[in-house]
Amino acid sequence: MTQIAAGHISISKGGREILRDVSMSGAGGEFIAIIGPNGAGKSTLLASLAGLLKPDTGTVAIDGRALSAWNGRELARKRAYLPQNPRCEWPISVERLVALGLTPVLPVFGGFPGALRLRIDEVLAACDLLALRDQPATTLSGGELARAMLARTLVGDPDVLIFDEPLEGLDPRHTLATAERLSELARGGKLVIASMHDLTLAARHAGRIVALDRGRVAADGTPGQVLTSELIRAVFAVDARISTAGGGAFVDFLAPVAGGREQQR
Amino acid sequence: MTVDSLDRVSPHARRLQVDRTHALTATIALILGALFAVSLLAGRVWLSPGEIVDGLLSSRLQLSSLIVTELRLPRSVLAVLVGATLGLSGAVLQGLTRNPLAEPGLLGVTSGASFGAVIAIYFGLSQISSAVIPMFGLFGAFGAIALTFALGRGGGTLALVLAGAAVNTFGAALIALALNLAPGVDAAYEIMTWLMGSLANRSWDHILLAGPLIVAGCGLLAFTGRGLDALSLGEDQAESLGISIPRLHGLALAGTAMAVGAATSVTGAIGFIGLVAPHLVRPFASHQPSRILLPSALAGAVLLLAADIATRLISIGPEMKLGVLTALIGTPFFFWLVVRLRRTSP
Repeated sequence: MTQIAAGHISISKGGREILRDVSMSGAGGEFIAIIGPNGAGKSTLLASLAGLLKPDTGTVAIDGRALSAWNGRELARKRAYLPQNPRCEWPISVERLVALGLTPVLPVFGGFPGALRLRIDEVLAACDLLALRDQPATTLSGGELARAMLARTLVGDPDVLIFDEPLEGLDPRHTLATAERLSELARGGKLVIASMHDLTLAARHAGRIVALDRGRVAADGTPGQVLTSELIRAVFAVDARISTAGGGAFVDFLAPVAGGREQQR
Repeated sequence: MTVDSLDRVSPHARRLQVDRTHALTATIALILGALFAVSLLAGRVWLSPGEIVDGLLSSRLQLSSLIVTELRLPRSVLAVLVGATLGLSGAVLQGLTRNPLAEPGLLGVTSGASFGAVIAIYFGLSQISSAVIPMFGLFGAFGAIALTFALGRGGGTLALVLAGAAVNTFGAALIALALNLAPGVDAAYEIMTWLMGSLANRSWDHILLAGPLIVAGCGLLAFTGRGLDALSLGEDQAESLGISIPRLHGLALAGTAMAVGAATSVTGAIGFIGLVAPHLVRPFASHQPSRILLPSALAGAVLLLAADIATRLISIGPEMKLGVLTALIGTPFFFWLVVRLRRTSP
């Protein structure tokens, strides 16, 4: 079973401390939602978990091996990473965009081995993209592009999937479908780590929630343990009512806390 | 997903798309072959195919054989080498910066090589040997790329492009200074004509000097394909896919320094080929950066060879300079590109 562990990582950018002594771990089969207000360090944490950002202190390890000891291609086969609002810069077809996910297994020159073509067909079918396979990626709608990017991360069959706000900019239908797809991947044995702003969705789909507040872990546990009105008040500076009727947790934001976070900073 | 929709896109259709890129490459290669033959025939003295064959094969010393082996063959070979260099490096740099307006001079190589050559002309060193100008051009090219690398290191693609722009401006200023301080009208005129770029009077010596560097540089550029493909998704995703951005920058810098530096040192600055060639082939190669590299190199060779033949055929007093002709043909294309961008951009 795949393991990821971040131990006491701190990261500063431009003299400002973005992450301070953050530790967290995860294992295959888990769907971990990272929550926190803007500027809490979610993207920085995800980028360092993915190995794209080297922490100033502390280490991130996958399967007990520090990320600095992995070579790029090896790591790329093990984990996939999707930044916020991923874009495609050339009008290449959806099929070719998805095929880019196989970059770490391709030789330096030459075309595609036949077996990989089948794999691309499989993923296109699974992500509902067969009808769009020849369409230029630059002409896709936001929801279609998000699906294509998701297919791109899945095509190499990595064990660890790290997504930065995968639900951003999606309509309700695609939001639900994507969230369901992520939890399905976790049920299938993958380790899924995603940052989210929709706390109700996080509670419903993720098995675990890590709340970040100004670069530190404010809470880490099951949705029931983490999503309390005290925590939301402390972390988001918002009063919220949480109803747990019918299983999940419904988070209803009421009003910003008087005095706000600006003074707290 | 149903089995039915899996069937809808036949494997046959898939094949066709792949074949289209091969067909494109083959077509451009055929055009290049035909133009090469014409390039041997055409000029102030027209030769017949029979005379060409005779000139290449017979050992008798005669005018036609001299024209072919000492003038037109080296000139045509150089046109192919330089054109391919410009086309390939243009495609690589457009892929690297994901900017359709990038061209081989982007990183400062061309202005560096020009400045080096201008120094040689300025101090009258070209009297010593015909190899002096290209040698100084190479020094200038490597100096410029070293400066770009030192300035833009570790700052991502944007820093690299800005460093290249700074080096370009500096190079242009130094060239202007040399013209400003030129000891006489003759020296200034020689500098000006060299800067316009030409393939006239280039010999096998020039090819021996520039050829190996051009081949080595293009070899380095050819290794950027996969990285450029991954860069279509932006630097973060490319890096997450195991592409080392610093290594990719290193390949592009070293490759353009060697190939474009050597080419410019021998022919002078030739504009627009490197900008135009990738655009001509891109729609036929499904817009994928790695698939554009070879067709773009061939298209660059075709364009430069055609332009060079045109300079020989257009008779308006002195022979028209190659760089002038490519710029004249290139500018309308540039306008078209801008208009099209305006139409397609959101």
